[in-house]
Amino acid sequence: MEESVHAFREAAWLLFSGDADLWEIVWLTLRVSLTAVALAALVGLPLAGVLALYRFPGRRAVVVGLNALMGLPPVVAGLVVYLALSRSGPLGGLGLLFTPTAMVVAQFVLVTPIVTALARQVLEDLWREYGEQLRSLGASPGRAIFTLLWDGRHAVATAVLAGFGRASAEVGAVLIVGGNIAHVTRVMTTAIALETSKGNLTLALALGLILIALSVGVNGLAFLLRDLTETRNAV
Amino acid sequence: MPFENPAPENGGRDGGRDGAGENEAGTPRARNGARAAHPPGGDILPLRLEGVCYAPEGRTLVGELTLELRDGGPTVVLGANGAGKSLTLRLCHGLLEPTAGTVRWMGPDAARARWAQAMVFQRPVLLRRSVLANVVYGLALRGVSRRERPALAMEALRATGLEAMAGRQARVLSAGEAQRLSLARAWALRPRVLFLDEPTANLDPAASRAVEEIIAAIGAAGTKIVMTTHDLGQARRLAHEVLFMHRGRVLERSPAPQFFQQPNNEAARAFLKGELLW
Repeated sequence: MEESVHAFREAAWLLFSGDADLWEIVWLTLRVSLTAVALAALVGLPLAGVLALYRFPGRRAVVVGLNALMGLPPVVAGLVVYLALSRSGPLGGLGLLFTPTAMVVAQFVLVTPIVTALARQVLEDLWREYGEQLRSLGASPGRAIFTLLWDGRHAVATAVLAGFGRASAEVGAVLIVGGNIAHVTRVMTTAIALETSKGNLTLALALGLILIALSVGVNGLAFLLRDLTETRNAV
Repeated sequence: MPFENPAPENGGRDGGRDGAGENEAGTPRARNGARAAHPPGGDILPLRLEGVCYAPEGRTLVGELTLELRDGGPTVVLGANGAGKSLTLRLCHGLLEPTAGTVRWMGPDAARARWAQAMVFQRPVLLRRSVLANVVYGLALRGVSRRERPALAMEALRATGLEAMAGRQARVLSAGEAQRLSLARAWALRPRVLFLDEPTANLDPAASRAVEEIIAAIGAAGTKIVMTTHDLGQARRLAHEVLFMHRGRVLERSPAPQFFQQPNNEAARAFLKGELLW
C-alpha cells in the first residue's frame, strides 16, 4: 500500500515535471495512432459509402468479413504485418520492420475494419432515408456518398473515434512490429508493459494515467457527438 | 444500377432561366404574392409507357400499363392503398426500372429528361442543414452556377412562404413546413414535370391546403403536375384529369369533372362512394 501511494505521488510529479522521455513516448503514441486512424478513415469511409450504396455479388461476404475483423486480436494483426514486412516477406525489401511506419501499418490493419464497419451501418441507414430523394435530384454516386458522410458526420466521427480508441489502447500489434525500442518505437502501452515487468511503477503509472485521460477524453467526445446527432435529428 | 445519369454540364438546363422572369407579364402569383417561376425549360413531354410491368420476384405489383402523359393540367392518380400509385410514379420518374415494357420520354429534349423532372415524396426528405442550404443543394446538383444559387433558392422559398426560415435547421421544421421546403427545393429546379407522391398524406388540413396552393401555383407556372393522392377533395380541387388505378392497373382515365360526376367503371364508383373493397 505504502509503495503504491508512493508510486502515485512520483507518477504525478513525473507528469507535471515535463520529463522528456515520458513526453517523447506520448508524442510517438499520438503520432502513430493518429496517422493510422487518419489513413483508415481515408480508406474506410469511402469504402463504407460504396458498401452502403451498391448491391453487388459478394457484398454480404465483405460486410460479414469486416464485422468479423472488427474483433481481430491485435497480436494477430501484428503477426500478419510482421510476416509481410520481415526480411523474407513480400515487403521485406522496404526495411520497415521495427520502425514507427511499421506500427502505423499494423494499426491501420487493425483499425480500418472498425471504422469501415461502423461507418457503413451509419451510411446505410442514412441512405435508406435519403436514397430516393438524392437519386431524384440527380446526385452522382460520389456526390451521394459525400452527402451521406457530411449529413452523418457526428455518427461517422464517432466511428473514427472508436478506431482511435482501439489504436491507442492496443499493445500486441505495435509490440510485434515495433519491438518497443527506446526512443524509436516505444509507445505508451508497450512502455507500461515493460516498465511494470521491470518494477518501475512510476513511469508505468504516469503513462497509465495519460492513457486513461485519453480514453476518457475520446469517449467524452464521442458522447458529445452522439448528443449532437440526436438533437439535430429530433423531428 | 441505381444511377444512369452522367454529370450535368454547367448551365445544361438552358432556356427559361435567363432574365429570372422579373418582368414577364401575366406570370401567375403564388403564396405571399411572390412571383411564380418563369416557364420551365426542357421539352421532354410526352411520356410514353408501353406494356410496363413491375413484378419483383414474380409478384405483379403494377401492370400492365400502356399510356401517354401529355402536357396540360395536373394529372391526379387516384386509387386505394396498394393500388400501385406510388410505384407507377417511381417508374415514370425513373427511380424504379420496369421488369417489362418501356418508359420513354418522347419530346425533343428527351436526352436531358433526368434534369427536367423532380419529385416530392410523401415523407419529406430533408438534409441536415439549413432551409436555404437544402434548396441550394438541389440547384448545385443540377449544375446551376454557385453565384446564381442563393437568389434562385430564395425565390423558391419566397414562393412557398418559407423566406423567414431560410437560416433555420431544416430538420426542426414542422411537417407542413418540411413539405413546403421539399416543394421549394423541387420548384427551384424549374422542372418540366413534377411528380408528387401523396404530398399531403401526413399533414393536417391547414398545412394540406397550403401545400395544395403551392402545387396549383407550380402547375399554373407551366410545370406538368403528376401526383397521387387518396384525398378525394384534394383530387377535385387540383385534378385536370384523373387516372384511376386498381390492383396495379389503370381502370379509367377521364377528364376530372367527368370522373367525379360519372365514373364509367364499377371500382371507381365504389371508390368514390368510399366502399371500394380490396
